[in-house]
Amino acid sequence: MTMEKDHGPLLKVEDMKKYYPIKGGILGRAIGQVKAVDGVSFEIKEGETLGLVGESGCGKSTIGRQIVGLEKPTAGKIYYDDLDLTGMSARDMNKIRTDIQIVFQDPYSSLNPRKHIYEILAQPMLYHGKSDKSSLDKDLERLLDMVGLSRNVLGRYPHEFSGGQRQRIVIAKALSLNPKLLVCDEPVSALDVSIQAQILNLLKSLQKELDLTCLFVGHGLGAVNYVSDRIAVMYLGKIVELGEAKDVLLHPVHPYTNALIQAAPVPDPKVEEKEHQILQGEIGSSVNPPSGCRFHPRCPFATEKCKLEEPTLKICESAEHIGMKGHQVACHYADKMIMNGKAGSV
Amino acid sequence: MSHLLEVKDLTTAFSADYGETVSVDHISFHVDKGETVCIVGESGCGKSVTSLSIMGLLGRGGAVKDGSALFDGRNLLELNEKELDALRGNRISMIFQDPLTSLNPVFTVGNQIIESIRTHMDLSKEEARERAIQVLAKVGMPDPARTMKKYPHTMSGGMRQRAMIAMALSCDPDLLIADEPTTALDVTIQAQIMALLKKLREESGMSMILITHDIGLVARMADRVLVMYAGQLIEEAPVKELFAEPRHPYTKALLATVPSIYDDKDRVLESIPGIVPEHYDKIKGCRFADRCPYRRPECDDPQKDIVINDHHKVKCWRAESI
Repeated sequence: MTMEKDHGPLLKVEDMKKYYPIKGGILGRAIGQVKAVDGVSFEIKEGETLGLVGESGCGKSTIGRQIVGLEKPTAGKIYYDDLDLTGMSARDMNKIRTDIQIVFQDPYSSLNPRKHIYEILAQPMLYHGKSDKSSLDKDLERLLDMVGLSRNVLGRYPHEFSGGQRQRIVIAKALSLNPKLLVCDEPVSALDVSIQAQILNLLKSLQKELDLTCLFVGHGLGAVNYVSDRIAVMYLGKIVELGEAKDVLLHPVHPYTNALIQAAPVPDPKVEEKEHQILQGEIGSSVNPPSGCRFHPRCPFATEKCKLEEPTLKICESAEHIGMKGHQVACHYADKMIMNGKAGSV
Repeated sequence: MSHLLEVKDLTTAFSADYGETVSVDHISFHVDKGETVCIVGESGCGKSVTSLSIMGLLGRGGAVKDGSALFDGRNLLELNEKELDALRGNRISMIFQDPLTSLNPVFTVGNQIIESIRTHMDLSKEEARERAIQVLAKVGMPDPARTMKKYPHTMSGGMRQRAMIAMALSCDPDLLIADEPTTALDVTIQAQIMALLKKLREESGMSMILITHDIGLVARMADRVLVMYAGQLIEEAPVKELFAEPRHPYTKALLATVPSIYDDKDRVLESIPGIVPEHYDKIKGCRFADRCPYRRPECDDPQKDIVINDHHKVKCWRAESI
């Protein structure tokens, strides 16, 4: 094991914003903006896995894309190992790219159908100098072994594999460059349940084995809990709650987190459903987000203050008192929620 | 008492260049009045094909090879198109996974619901319109009168699904077949739709077949559960019994593979090794045998249903010993 490092976190995101223009009219001028991510800050320590959950359109995948460098954020900074990725030239970025890899949701569209697996895996390793002709065979074998595939996959094409096997290949491809940070963008959402468990187990064992730092984006709370140390919950481009996985899921403070957890059906017919806790209304629009707290139109506890003033994400004192360390919540009434027992305890 | 729907030995095959694939293989089950039956299984196990066969919606290439589906005493599989049209949307309705592709994009929601009502009921345009507004209100559509004039693409996924449910319910069906109705929706919206279906079911006493792969939904909605694997029905039981005492190794594994928010950091998920076999209809013995931890040589013989009790059936000869 490496020595404990005490300098900053491996990844630090500061006030990240990503707006996409909406074009309209004959001239294709921007007539509005989709605020996919609107001021998000978080850190990931080395060896840690942060889970990012939220419903579709909340901006969770967008964050992953910015970190890997597929897109540049509109504003804000991304620090990787104290290097600012947002201001970096393409050439410098290329050097770092091998350190940060991504696994996408759909293993059907993330492998080139015209190349066989040998090419798909070997090319990046040779290009980035992670392997050379003499050691390539051995390296490939080690890699396939790691993700639980046999050597004879190398001569085959992506279409010959099932979804789960493809996802293993995608993971092997991401790991071939010895990354330190792995962004997993809903890696199991497209797979069947019995295969999901295989891939989740694989990811979990790889994390341990390789001491990987991970950002795990997902919407299945169970799956995210399974692999994450800490969890951030997003709603309409903002983080509303961030804390230790156990704390967020079992003692949610923010009304949205609470509702999200209640909404996910529990695989046990003996658990009675709490009908009254079903969240009403729809997810707002990220083009024109609600004023004040973005969740207020759906929140059962909303007051006048929530409509006017936007709450910031800050450490919740009351949560600290009951042993939830570093638990951050963006809600005016976070402390009250805990004191009045309105915060969920599952 | 006779059942509302009784399916016996339903077998459906699809023909392709390389021959015929039997994707639903001798399936028998029933649905009683007011009951919700969940069909659960992984993609490609034949759960949707089962419902499409019953509804006569198989399309080109697919054909029912054997079996019967008695609905209120009439065999649905022997009806002609005209007779089916009189039943579909009227006494049996269906809602699909993706509301955007199942609603007609060039007509307003109101138009489509009115059409469905007037096809089956002898009502004037005005009466049908009123009924449509009532149904939309019943499914929790805000401002139903205005929604009538909306086109599907202007609505959100959750609202579209409500519109489709409204259409399906417009003639008070006896049986609603819901094929993954919330897979395309977010969890908070899914919770709304499921609560709605539950409420409507209680109010009207209709029966429901819910097709899903989500074990959580099964636990929440079902009275009885049918587990399908590779085109066969491998276990059938009341929901509580199935979760408490799953007998088929596949059902057991399926229930154990679901990660939960209550899990400890150290939990190791059970996973089923391997994948669903290709050309599974050519396998003579148990189709799960290759992935099964309890495999014995006898598993390669054709499997019969083992009856555990009146309501619980399992297609595994070792069901009582493991």
